[in-house]
Amino acid sequence: MRPFKYVRAADAVGAVRAVAMNPRAKFLAGGTNILDLMKEDVERPNELVDLSRLGLNEIRAAGGGVSIGALAKNTDTANHPLIRRNYPLLTQAIVAGASGQLRNMATNGGNLMQRTRCQYFYDTAMPCNKREPGSGCGALGGLNRIHAILGWSEKCVATYPGDMANALYALDAVVRVRGANGRVRTIPVGEFHRLPGDTPEKDNNLAHGELITAIELPKSSFAKHSYYLKVRDRASYAFALVAVAAALQVERGAVRQARVVLGGVAHKPWRSAEAEAALVGQPASEENFRRAAEAALKGAKPLAHNAYKVELGKRAVVRALMRASGLA
Amino acid sequence: MHDDFDETSGPELSADEEALLKELPALTDVGQARRTFLGQTVAGGLGVFALMLLEQERAVGALAASPEALYAPGAALENPVRVSLKVNGAAKSLEVDSRMVLLDALRERLELTGTKKGCDQGQCGACTVLVDGRRVLSCLTLAATCEGKEVTTVEGLARGDELHPVQAAFIKYDGFQCGYCTPGQLCSAVGLLEEAKRGDVSHVTEDVTASTTRLTDDEIRERMSGNICRCGAYPGIVAAIQEAHSGRERARTWRFVEGEELARVREEVGADETV
Ligand SMILES: Cc1cc2nc3c(=O)[nH]c(=O)nc-3n(C[C@H](O)[C@H](O)[C@H](O)COP(=O)(O)OP(=O)(O)OC[C@H]3O[C@@H](n4cnc5c(N)ncnc54)[C@H](O)[C@@H]3O)c2cc1C
Ligand code: SF4
Ligand code: FES
Ligand code: FES
Repeated sequence: MRPFKYVRAADAVGAVRAVAMNPRAKFLAGGTNILDLMKEDVERPNELVDLSRLGLNEIRAAGGGVSIGALAKNTDTANHPLIRRNYPLLTQAIVAGASGQLRNMATNGGNLMQRTRCQYFYDTAMPCNKREPGSGCGALGGLNRIHAILGWSEKCVATYPGDMANALYALDAVVRVRGANGRVRTIPVGEFHRLPGDTPEKDNNLAHGELITAIELPKSSFAKHSYYLKVRDRASYAFALVAVAAALQVERGAVRQARVVLGGVAHKPWRSAEAEAALVGQPASEENFRRAAEAALKGAKPLAHNAYKVELGKRAVVRALMRASGLA
Repeated sequence: MHDDFDETSGPELSADEEALLKELPALTDVGQARRTFLGQTVAGGLGVFALMLLEQERAVGALAASPEALYAPGAALENPVRVSLKVNGAAKSLEVDSRMVLLDALRERLELTGTKKGCDQGQCGACTVLVDGRRVLSCLTLAATCEGKEVTTVEGLARGDELHPVQAAFIKYDGFQCGYCTPGQLCSAVGLLEEAKRGDVSHVTEDVTASTTRLTDDEIRERMSGNICRCGAYPGIVAAIQEAHSGRERARTWRFVEGEELARVREEVGADETV
């Protein structure tokens, strides 16, 4: 690991100022992603600004919904009574990720910011446009079994690996951030992460020095009918090959509102408006779920080694909707 | 029970092994802490396996040890950070390089080598310790962030000579083979039991909106999935945690070999094998 200056920020204003002033500074939250990447020499900050004394770890009822602090731990968020009762989809998504130890360390803000697990991104001997813009994409013509089937570009075929954000997107959450000039803004979770396009080095739309302070969940009508399904190479402690956050509002057997968000298939959580349109107004039935699944994966463009994700994605959508609706 | 075998008998080392040991002076420093660890984790009685370990330990420990070497801060630190924390109940104050992770601080600076380094990147759980009572990975925790924290390592689980119930259960159920993952498994299990007591849910919990969860074997397997065991001691680990959790003791299905029986086993196996 390269040398860096360690700074303990006393408050949000100080933390933002410290990082905004130094283009090579980064925030440190739970450390579970950034320290790993620093050990691999992928991330090379010369200053880490420790956020652990900032507070910002409250989980509380707010405006009919719930506000969760950016520095609250994943474990505490998943197990909070307000979340378990009103947003069980979020609880399921969080506990589907990583391990007990990691979730005790990982924060909600850090979780949104986690970087791809593309092996070429991790291997500094390999070309990677995300790590080193202009060097090429090792995965495009290389081993791409875990990579994207939707929304990728010739510059980068990586996936966003996180679970929590898929559920947050389905639950219409917004991210509250604070910038250097004291400017506060909110970003809908669906607009937080980006597709790679020509600038895969940018994972998301946060500016340097902007601090995530909270994630806000509006009142939800999905608590009764939601399910997070994660498919991976082993039963636990592995990233998703495909994940589905499914949420339905069902009235007298018919779907009134639907959310279908896929994880592990694109550079950002992938919400399928086509699948949702196929569901709304229709009876909650396996047949209709199959139509929705076909619609969700219709535009998929698999790479050399990940065509399996198309069929897997369809089946995962059906299964998640069956579980969400209580039909399975 | 330590008296059961001859102090002077050690494993026969080949010329290559002798040379290797001489080239690894760092190992000699590890000897003392390892002995303490063994004394604590296997104090319930010494199995054949433990005897073998202890013999190897003695051979290594016989080489000159220099505990000061462990404390030498070495070259000037590039970005020094002062941290005061409690480790296993004792107050410690250290000056560390900003890059030093808690795992290395424990092992290299505080002579607590019970905590193991496996992958060094969050993928195996060998480095699990408790920080303020919660299980975390010491390989991804900067020592600098531990200011004011209470750290408990495997060395701090027992109360004097009395094993933590989880430790005792691991011995009873053969919850380990080589033992490398064991300190992490033990700390993780202790943390898990607290989480279960609090009512935390897991990936296999059927209804996360319900207020209670039963700690089934499947729940234990899922909640321990962050601790990999290359020896595959999983069945014993699950059984041990289940017993430590429920408090319902099941009869032990094996016993330690002792005295004459041990001598007989040794004879049968042959003099050049370490049993
Ligand atoms: C072995 C392993 C398995 C894993 N498996 C999964 C999995 O299955 N599913 C899953 O979803 N995740 C998984 N993870 C990833 C894990 O969830 C993330 O590493 C974690 O959530 C990151 O949070 P953190 O607080 O530790 O972030 P840090 O590592 O501290 O920070 C990560 C990044 O976020 C930035 N940052 C942190 N907080 C803020 C903030 N408030 N505002 C702005 N920027 C901020 C930092 O500057 C840094 O760039 C796994 C990790 C490991 C090591
Ligand atoms: S897929 Fe993206 S992250 Fe992976 S090598 Fe290509 S550019 Fe890098
Ligand atoms: S050494 Fe920390 S998880 Fe492997
Ligand atoms: S006992 Fe050998 S790795 Fe677990």
